[in-house]
Amino acid sequence: MGAKVITVTSGKGGVGKTTATANLGVALARMDKRVVLVDADIGLRNLDVVMGLENRIVYDLVDVVEGRCKLRQAMIKHKQFPELYLIPAAQTRDKTAVSPADMIQLTDKLRQEMDFIVIDSPAGIERGFRNAIAPADDVLIVTNPEVSAVRDADRIIGLLEAENKGPGRLILNRVKMEMIRKGEMMSAADVTDILAISLIGIVPEDENVVPASNSGVPVSLNEHSRAGQAFRNIARRLNGENVPFMQLDENNGFLQRLARLFAGGSS
Amino acid sequence: MHDQLFAIKGVREGLLVTLSATEEWQIVIARLGEHFDEQSNFYTGARIIVDVGQRPVPKYDLSSLKALLERRGLMLWAVLSTSDTTNDATNALDLRTSAGSFVPGREDLDDGIEISPEETGSSGVMLRRTLRSGRTVHSPGHVVIYGDVNPGAEIIAIGDIIVWGRLRGNAHAGADGDESAVICALDMIPTQLRIAGYIVTSPAEKGRKARPEVAQVRDHQIVVETWE
Repeated sequence: MGAKVITVTSGKGGVGKTTATANLGVALARMDKRVVLVDADIGLRNLDVVMGLENRIVYDLVDVVEGRCKLRQAMIKHKQFPELYLIPAAQTRDKTAVSPADMIQLTDKLRQEMDFIVIDSPAGIERGFRNAIAPADDVLIVTNPEVSAVRDADRIIGLLEAENKGPGRLILNRVKMEMIRKGEMMSAADVTDILAISLIGIVPEDENVVPASNSGVPVSLNEHSRAGQAFRNIARRLNGENVPFMQLDENNGFLQRLARLFAGGSS
Repeated sequence: MHDQLFAIKGVREGLLVTLSATEEWQIVIARLGEHFDEQSNFYTGARIIVDVGQRPVPKYDLSSLKALLERRGLMLWAVLSTSDTTNDATNALDLRTSAGSFVPGREDLDDGIEISPEETGSSGVMLRRTLRSGRTVHSPGHVVIYGDVNPGAEIIAIGDIIVWGRLRGNAHAGADGDESAVICALDMIPTQLRIAGYIVTSPAEKGRKARPEVAQVRDHQIVVETWE
């Protein structure tokens, strides 16, 4: 059985695509899955940084596509997980160096040897986005509970539907329960009300995420991080497991439950 | 035959009254009048086709027959005859002539009598999906969306716009200047509404409840009202 190709996209930049890709990759590898991460953000690569593999790059995606190296040579093995690989983006080229057909060809070569191929899409809706979704079997749309991010996610879902890749599943990232309780932030219900697609995960705001990314050790390796737990749950759902959604409220008193009810009943 | 003077039978086009071709015209007509008087309720409103056979009926006789029938609420519709005189008179009164086929070439008159049950509508496009941000629908007719219209989506129609869902994007009805165009939605919270040359935005409402509404132009402005 071949690998499943999962593309992580968002439309808007800065919502957590790369963080999600890195964390899902690590979480799937922890489950003993064979995983390759592909950074499709040519010219603005950073998945290698978040994965802590920047200093090991010799060849990149464009080198593979243009035939300067073998596919295996561009696959950087993770320090901790022997079956987790990264194919980095080129930093000195732009998105037109790769075509959607190139991406399909590349992933087809990887399918036999892998369980999951996770593609980190660039922001935007242009060539890089089309490259990233061309080979996708499954699309994860990352968004934040903000009107502008949700608007862009909606645009992306529309484009996915037009390309018969839709509608995809939603990762709601950087959720702050405290703000939802005060009515200052959109709840998961508010977001799905507009997007009308299914949620695969809700990731709470967590101050462990940024230092984890900076140090190249994704937060899903941190047993005590709630964001890490959320990403591990999403990885299990991708693997077909039925994992109940996390209870995001630390404080579960009567008043909080009541407040949550009025905030839209999200969890 | 009533006294061999006339016979009445129902046909597809109405009542076929066959008059004796030989008996005295005045007697036949008088007797026919009496018969319709006796049966007035039964025949009222009927369309009459008179068959006079070979009898030449001048225009004034035919005219008085027509008047006699009309007084009894009956309409003389066609006169069948083999006589040229009769046919000329029939033509002069603008009635149908000839046997069998009722006047080929003048069938347009049927339009006034047989009303087609078919309503003629006007065309448009139907979309059975949610219209997401960045998607547009343009139609030279109407637009019907079975789904939501999200913020950032746009509908432009020469005719009307119906949204069976939430309208949160932009909608422009009557885009060619038709001020009678309407926009309907189950929940009307558009970014912008336009009808012909008029434009409105949604007022910010706290705690509003979804309800079907209709937008239309009245007194040179777009009015949005609850649909009931």
